[in-house]
Amino acid sequence: MFSDFPFLSLVIWVPILGGVWVLLLGEENRARNARFAALVVSLVTFLVSIPLYAGFDGGTAAMQFVEKAPWIPAFRIHYHLGVDGISMPLVLLTTFTTVLVVVAGQETIRHRASQYMASFLILEGLMVGAFSALDAILFYVFWEALLVPMFLIIGIWGGENRVYATIKFFLYTFLGSVLMLVAFLYLYAEAGSFEILDFHAVRLSLPAQIFIFLAFLAAFAVKVPMWPVHTWLPDAHVEAPTGGSVVLAAIMLKLGAYGFFRFSLPIAPDASSELDWLMIALSLIAIVYIGFVALVQPDMKKLIAYSSISHMGFATLGVFIAFTLLETPDGRTSAIMGLEGALVQLVSHGFISGALFLCVGVMYDRLHSRRIADYGGVANTMPVFASFMMLFALANSGLPGTSGFVGEFLVILGSFQANVWIALLAGLTLILGAAYTLWMYKRVVFGEVANEGVAGLSDLNPREVIVLGALAAAVLLIGLWPAPLLEVMGPSVEHLLDHVSRTKQ
Amino acid sequence: MSLRTLSLLIVLAPLAGAVVAGLFGRFVGRTGAHSVTIAGVAVSTVLSFFVFKTVVLDGAGGFDGPVYVWGEAGDLRLEIGFLIDELSATMMLVVSFVSLMIHVYTIGYMAHDPGYQRFFSYISLFTFSMLMLVMANNFLQLFFGWEAVGVVSYLLIGFWFKRESAIQANLKAFLVNRVGDLGFLLGIAAVLLVFGTLDYASVFEAAPGRSGATLNVVGTAEWSAMTVICLLLFVGAMGKSAQVPLHVWLPDSMEGPTPISALIHAATMVTAGIFMVARMSPLFELSEVALNVVMVIGALTAFFMGLLGIVQHDIKRVVAYSTLSQLGYMTVALGASAYAAAVFHLGTHAFFKALLFLGAGSVIIALHHEQDMRRMGGLWRHMPITWLCSAAGTLALIGFPGFSGFFSKDGIIEAVRHSELAGAWVAYPAVLLGVFITALYSFRMYFLVFHGEERVDPHAREHLRESPLVVTGPLVVLAFFSVVIGWPWVEPILFGDYFGGAIVVAPEHDVLARVGEGFAGAGAFATHGFAALPFWLAAAGAAVAWYLYIREPGLPARIAERFRGAYRLLVNKYGFDDFYGAFFAGGTRRVGGLLWRLGDVRVIDGWIVNGSARAVGRIASVIRHVQTGLLYHYAFAMILGLLALMTWLLYGGPAG
Repeated sequence: MFSDFPFLSLVIWVPILGGVWVLLLGEENRARNARFAALVVSLVTFLVSIPLYAGFDGGTAAMQFVEKAPWIPAFRIHYHLGVDGISMPLVLLTTFTTVLVVVAGQETIRHRASQYMASFLILEGLMVGAFSALDAILFYVFWEALLVPMFLIIGIWGGENRVYATIKFFLYTFLGSVLMLVAFLYLYAEAGSFEILDFHAVRLSLPAQIFIFLAFLAAFAVKVPMWPVHTWLPDAHVEAPTGGSVVLAAIMLKLGAYGFFRFSLPIAPDASSELDWLMIALSLIAIVYIGFVALVQPDMKKLIAYSSISHMGFATLGVFIAFTLLETPDGRTSAIMGLEGALVQLVSHGFISGALFLCVGVMYDRLHSRRIADYGGVANTMPVFASFMMLFALANSGLPGTSGFVGEFLVILGSFQANVWIALLAGLTLILGAAYTLWMYKRVVFGEVANEGVAGLSDLNPREVIVLGALAAAVLLIGLWPAPLLEVMGPSVEHLLDHVSRTKQ
Repeated sequence: MSLRTLSLLIVLAPLAGAVVAGLFGRFVGRTGAHSVTIAGVAVSTVLSFFVFKTVVLDGAGGFDGPVYVWGEAGDLRLEIGFLIDELSATMMLVVSFVSLMIHVYTIGYMAHDPGYQRFFSYISLFTFSMLMLVMANNFLQLFFGWEAVGVVSYLLIGFWFKRESAIQANLKAFLVNRVGDLGFLLGIAAVLLVFGTLDYASVFEAAPGRSGATLNVVGTAEWSAMTVICLLLFVGAMGKSAQVPLHVWLPDSMEGPTPISALIHAATMVTAGIFMVARMSPLFELSEVALNVVMVIGALTAFFMGLLGIVQHDIKRVVAYSTLSQLGYMTVALGASAYAAAVFHLGTHAFFKALLFLGAGSVIIALHHEQDMRRMGGLWRHMPITWLCSAAGTLALIGFPGFSGFFSKDGIIEAVRHSELAGAWVAYPAVLLGVFITALYSFRMYFLVFHGEERVDPHAREHLRESPLVVTGPLVVLAFFSVVIGWPWVEPILFGDYFGGAIVVAPEHDVLARVGEGFAGAGAFATHGFAALPFWLAAAGAAVAWYLYIREPGLPARIAERFRGAYRLLVNKYGFDDFYGAFFAGGTRRVGGLLWRLGDVRVIDGWIVNGSARAVGRIASVIRHVQTGLLYHYAFAMILGLLALMTWLLYGGPAG
């Protein structure tokens, strides 16, 4: 019953059309209705996304919930959707996170509330579209289109320096995307269609693969972001409103890593294998270099942004260490650990970074500052908040029992099988991650009440408890029992691994 | 009930208590919080005793099995499960029992603290975590428990989070432990590499067959895999059990409330490293290099940390340095392959060190949170129960023949004497001299606190009285065990088959068997103790302490003045803290600042990004229209257009 019903289309179009509806409700005296409508739309979207998990067949690597209709027949472009064990968790992450963002924005957004809500709903639909598109052009349309609402979210509801941040954001992502489009056109010429699965099957010489790999890299590395094309992220986060930061960190960054899984690896496996040393090196630089940089940030949002880059380094490390592992005897299980670790890291980082940005948002709503130095002793006036933030800070430090541990653990264990020193460098995050996160926590939350602002803080309201509570539950559930998530991913990851271990030349 | 069900109840009872006290502390109130947590830990204690009886006393066999599958990746299956054998049954009883005593004691100690419920929640959570650690049947769960106790320790050291010193100390404790944890995690990764599983039973079974396995670590040099595994795991133990040079966090951890100094930073958590190495005996037995390293590190800790105890004025810090030194003794025993002696000392130490800490705590609350021994003295008159209990604890600590500490510590010293490893050349003199030092700092503390002239603050003097029953009760119970616990257990543990297959010792390393050749019962062992060298060293230490602090109280200051260099070295704790502070804490921040300002801001942003931005400056002028709202409308129009286009293409388009 599940597979025939167009659930994916619903998950894409309900929020987009719902967003338009919310927009039409307008501002002025109906802003309240608009906010409520947005909540309803996001909840409905989340509900219709649940069958994607409930009805998911964990025994196959094939695409599921497939929908296919001709779109632009002249170029054999299709409206073709489907999810596998790699994309389905990311779709659910998107619908879950959007509900929280809409709930979190209920009272805090006063300025152009309906437009704000509409932007997030439309963004949600576009992101789900990007995760489930099986046609390269469809993917490209979603990929480019979703920049617009994010661009607006930062540009309209952003901080003082938002113009600089949006320019940077635009510059980085635009250049990368153009190269990706060129790669798609080349592949179309080779494969005769824009079907992503056809791209996977097409034979390519090594030089062609390297060209394609690098073109994709330009697009995906910026999104992840990988060092050294990461500097747009801290600025974008700092200027974005809370909800924007949450979506940016929790979902949009995942598109880059998803791109490696869906495009770079299966389309250019030989090039991925050839260039894995580069990717591993960049990942390690992200983990260690950025870990150091995070340590000295005076701004909480910047610190979490840098922490995101460092954590995403684990995702890219897990992906590309698999190629080194495939060359070792008995390396298959370790390679699976690397890839699954990377995927779990994506989901987990979505929850944890989202939660931390929300925590900063909670404080920002009250004191209008993101500077660490403006806080101190928050635990005295906001004990419930302090408990939640402690949990998320520990999760960000990779504490076992939280989701932050699972991905890092699998990737470090997998890496060790390939090379002791790679594992050691990656493992430095155990120390650095704890240092920058808990040092920030100490300065912000612990201590005597630092100033009158902190003394006047009120603890979490029920709306904030619901949002942070939902995230806390997710973080603990995945940390204590990641088996269901790993099971869903298993067949797709193993299929991908089999695919990339065969040469395409 | 099956052992599996019992085990589940044993860990879940304190967890339930912690959840109730933590999440619903406001509803259940103070009485509710301590009732529910004490009930939870009491359940654990009773059931642990039952397990102990079944497994150890009746020898009815243990349990090794999974509880649930945590996750699967490829062929690797990771489980949460329990291994109940003689070693874990012993640890479970020690942990739950000491924890129960401390729960009761806390009612009195924290009576006026606003964070009462939170504190009970934390210590119950700790009990849960520590039990998970000792009951694990695989490395994953071991690491879970390992990190979980570290976190609770972090939360409890910083329990009084308004104090700058406390929140400095807990961050330091966590980070130093994380250094150890990194080694530990890599050790687990190495186990996986060599054995392809993280399950204890499979690993230990396969270990002898893989003793020749090698790893490439640097260049093409082949390293013994067992040595690499054991050394990496031991780095973890060095963090958790505070061995030099990762010891620096433990003295600072005394910023936490005294009950947790007793429970976590003396009796249980810090011994996790000792327990872990004992648990890994099938691996450590395969690497003499690792055993030698373990023995030497332990010897350095035992000797040099003991010395620092002599110059401390804070009562809790003296006990803390004593703990470091005693942990060193246990580590030495591990290195000498006398795992049973290490675990035995772990057990007796848990009782007498918890007792000493709680005794110190009793003094501290009686004096209104005074911890400086220079403002104590002559307290024996006012606090007779605390005094007598502390005296018993002191005698147990210095290893007075017949007291529990004597049996376990003499066992260690004798074992090291018989060890044929090269490390014993360092370890044996260190543990012998350590006995003198132990007696010196212990009796220095004892005399300064309970005897000599009263130097108590007049204000505190007025309210000075013995502590309430909830405080003295646990003291008496612990004192009782500190005195007697050695008698029945010395023979089965050190020389008998107490641990069965839980601890593996290679015949050529079996020093305890050699010690046991001359063993003729606990009574004879104790009597012989009076004639042995350690006793006279301890007596000398006690005598020196008496002379310096009772007979000639002005002398210590003159000695300190005379040997100012040595004194400063000890007061500065050999400079570890200063060095770490400058090099690691300061250094990482400088590196971070440099990478940020130079790498990110100047090179990447300054030259590359902003350079490009200037080149396409016109984009900026377009983007500025964002603020006017013009672009905003345009963008939404674009999306609407896209929407219309797609719909049209889908349903009414050329394909339609």
